[in-house]
Amino acid sequence: MANKVKSHYYKKRDFQAYFYLLPWLLGFSILQLYPFISSFYYSFTDYKIASQANWVGLQNYIKLFSQDTEFWNSVKVTLLYTIYTVPGKLIMALGVAVFLNRDIKGINLIRTLYYIPSLFGGSVAVAILWKLMFMDNGVINAILGLVNLPAVQWLGNTKTALPTICALEIWQFGSSMVMFLAALKNVPRDLYEAAAIDGAGKISSFFRITIPQITPIIFFNMIMQTIQALQNFTSAFVITDGGPLKSTNVLGIKLYKEGFSYFKMGYASSISWVVFVMILIVTIVLFCSSSAWVYYEDGGEM
Amino acid sequence: MNRKTNKISKLILQYLVIFIIGIVLLFPIIYMFFASFKTNEELFGSVSLLPASFHLQYYVDGWKGHGSMTYTKFFINTFILAAPTTVLTVASCALVAFGFARFKFPGKRILFMVLIATLMLPNSVIVIPRYVLYNNFGWINSYMPFYVPALLACYPFFIFMLIQFLRSIPRDLDESAYIDGCGTFRTFIQILLPLMKSALFSAGLFQFLWTYNDYFNSLVFINSVSKYPISLALRMSMDSDSVIIWGKMMAMAFVAVAPVIIIFFLAQKHFVEGIATSGLKG
Repeated sequence: MANKVKSHYYKKRDFQAYFYLLPWLLGFSILQLYPFISSFYYSFTDYKIASQANWVGLQNYIKLFSQDTEFWNSVKVTLLYTIYTVPGKLIMALGVAVFLNRDIKGINLIRTLYYIPSLFGGSVAVAILWKLMFMDNGVINAILGLVNLPAVQWLGNTKTALPTICALEIWQFGSSMVMFLAALKNVPRDLYEAAAIDGAGKISSFFRITIPQITPIIFFNMIMQTIQALQNFTSAFVITDGGPLKSTNVLGIKLYKEGFSYFKMGYASSISWVVFVMILIVTIVLFCSSSAWVYYEDGGEM
Repeated sequence: MNRKTNKISKLILQYLVIFIIGIVLLFPIIYMFFASFKTNEELFGSVSLLPASFHLQYYVDGWKGHGSMTYTKFFINTFILAAPTTVLTVASCALVAFGFARFKFPGKRILFMVLIATLMLPNSVIVIPRYVLYNNFGWINSYMPFYVPALLACYPFFIFMLIQFLRSIPRDLDESAYIDGCGTFRTFIQILLPLMKSALFSAGLFQFLWTYNDYFNSLVFINSVSKYPISLALRMSMDSDSVIIWGKMMAMAFVAVAPVIIIFFLAQKHFVEGIATSGLKG
C-alpha cells in the first residue's frame, strides 16, 4: 500500500532530475565533500606535498596550541578583524541606506556611485592603492596636515595597521547598502502611519518597526560577512604582508605560508580546521540567537 | 514662508551629506587616476590632487610588464581564465537549479539541505586537498583548477539564486509544454532558459567579477609568469622594482580596475537587481 502511494507520488519524469543534478553531485562529492574529509584527515598527519602522509595524532594541534608563537596572535588578529569589519560595514550600510530611503531626486545615480567601491572585492589593485594612500608621507596624512591634525604612521604602527586594513573592507559597504535599501522599500508604510497615530517618534519607530522588519537581511548579511571576514587574506597579504610585528598576520596568511610556501600540508590543514571551527561556532551562535531577534513574516518557511 | 525656507535648507543639507559621503567613497579611485600621472616627488611632496601634467609615460612603461611579458599578455590570460569559468558556471548552475526547482524526486530535501550547507563551506578548509588533487591530475599551473569547479557547479550561491528565480516562473508553462509532448530538456532550453535571461546575466556578471578580482586561488594554482592573470602581474610589478615608481603602479592598477567600472556602468541595472533580489554580495 505504502509502495503504491509512493509510486503515485513521484512521476516517471521526476527521476530525470538526477540527470540535471549530475554536475553538482559530482562536484559536491569530488571537490567539496572529499576535500573536506581529507583535510580533516591531513590535519592528523605530517603530510608534505612530496612525501607520504604519516599519522601523527594530535601533534599538529598540540604544536599549534602550545608551541607555535604565531598562532594565538593570528587568532586574535583574525577575530579583531572580524569584530571591526562586520559591524562596521553593517552599520555604515544600514545608516546610509536609512538616510537614502526617502524621496530624493537622482537616487539611482547616488546608489550606483556608492556601490562602486564594492566592485573591487579582494582586488590587488585596490590593496596597492591603499598601501600608497596610507604611507607615512602619503595623501591621507597630507589631508590630515591640511586640517592641522598630526600625521599618523598608519601601516608602520602595530596599533593602527589592522584598523587601516579594516577600513578597506568597510569602504566596500555598498553591496550591503543596496540590499538594505531594497529591504527598507518593502517595509509596509501603514506600520509607520499606525505608529505615528499612536504618537511614536521617528527614533522609536526606527527601532521598533524598521529594524525588526529588516532583521532577516541583517541576519543574512551578518552570516555571510562573518564567514568572509574570518577567511580574509588578500588585503592583509598585499598591504602589510602580516606586519608590522605580525600585527596583521591573519589566519589566512598563516595558512597560506604554512601550506603553500613551506608546503606543510598537514600542519596547514590543522589551521584550516581551526578557521572552520571558528566559522562553525559563530554561525551556530548566530542561528541559535536568530529565533530571538530575526522576524519572519511567514513564520520562517523557506 | 518660514516653513518653506526650512524645507529648502533641509533639502540642501540632505544633498550636502550625500555629496560628502560620495566624495569620501570615490576619493580613492579618483586619487588613483590622478596618481597615475605623478612622479614620486609629486606624490609624496605635494598636497595638490591634480598632477603637474597629463602624460601617458607611466601607462606605456607599466604596460611593458616584466621581461617579455606585457600587460597585453596578462589581459589575455585573465580573459582566458575568467570567460570560460563564467560561462561554465552559469550553464552548470542553471541545469542544477532546474533539477532542484522543477522536480520532486527521492532525497530532494536532504540534497537541498546539503546545498544550503555548502553555502557556508569555507574555501580555506578545502583548498589544501584540492591542491593535492589538482597536483595529482597535473593541473597545477593551468586554468583547469578554475574551469573544473565551474563545470561541476561548485558555486552553491548561484544555484540557490537561480532556484529562487525559477520558483517565480509559473509551473503551468512547463506543464503545458509537457502536454504538448516536449521533453524535460527541451522544455528547459526552449521555455525556461529564455525567461531566466536576466538572472543568468546577473550570475554571470558576478562570477566574472569575482574571478577577475580573485587573488588567492591564482596565487595558489598558477606559478609561471606566462600564465599570470592581472592580479598576480600587479603584485609582481610591485615586488620586482627595487624603487617603486608609484605613478607606474597606479597606472597599471587603474588599467586593472577600469574594465570593472566600465562593465558596471554598462550593466548596472543587473548588478543592483541581482543583489536586491537574491542577496548576492559584490
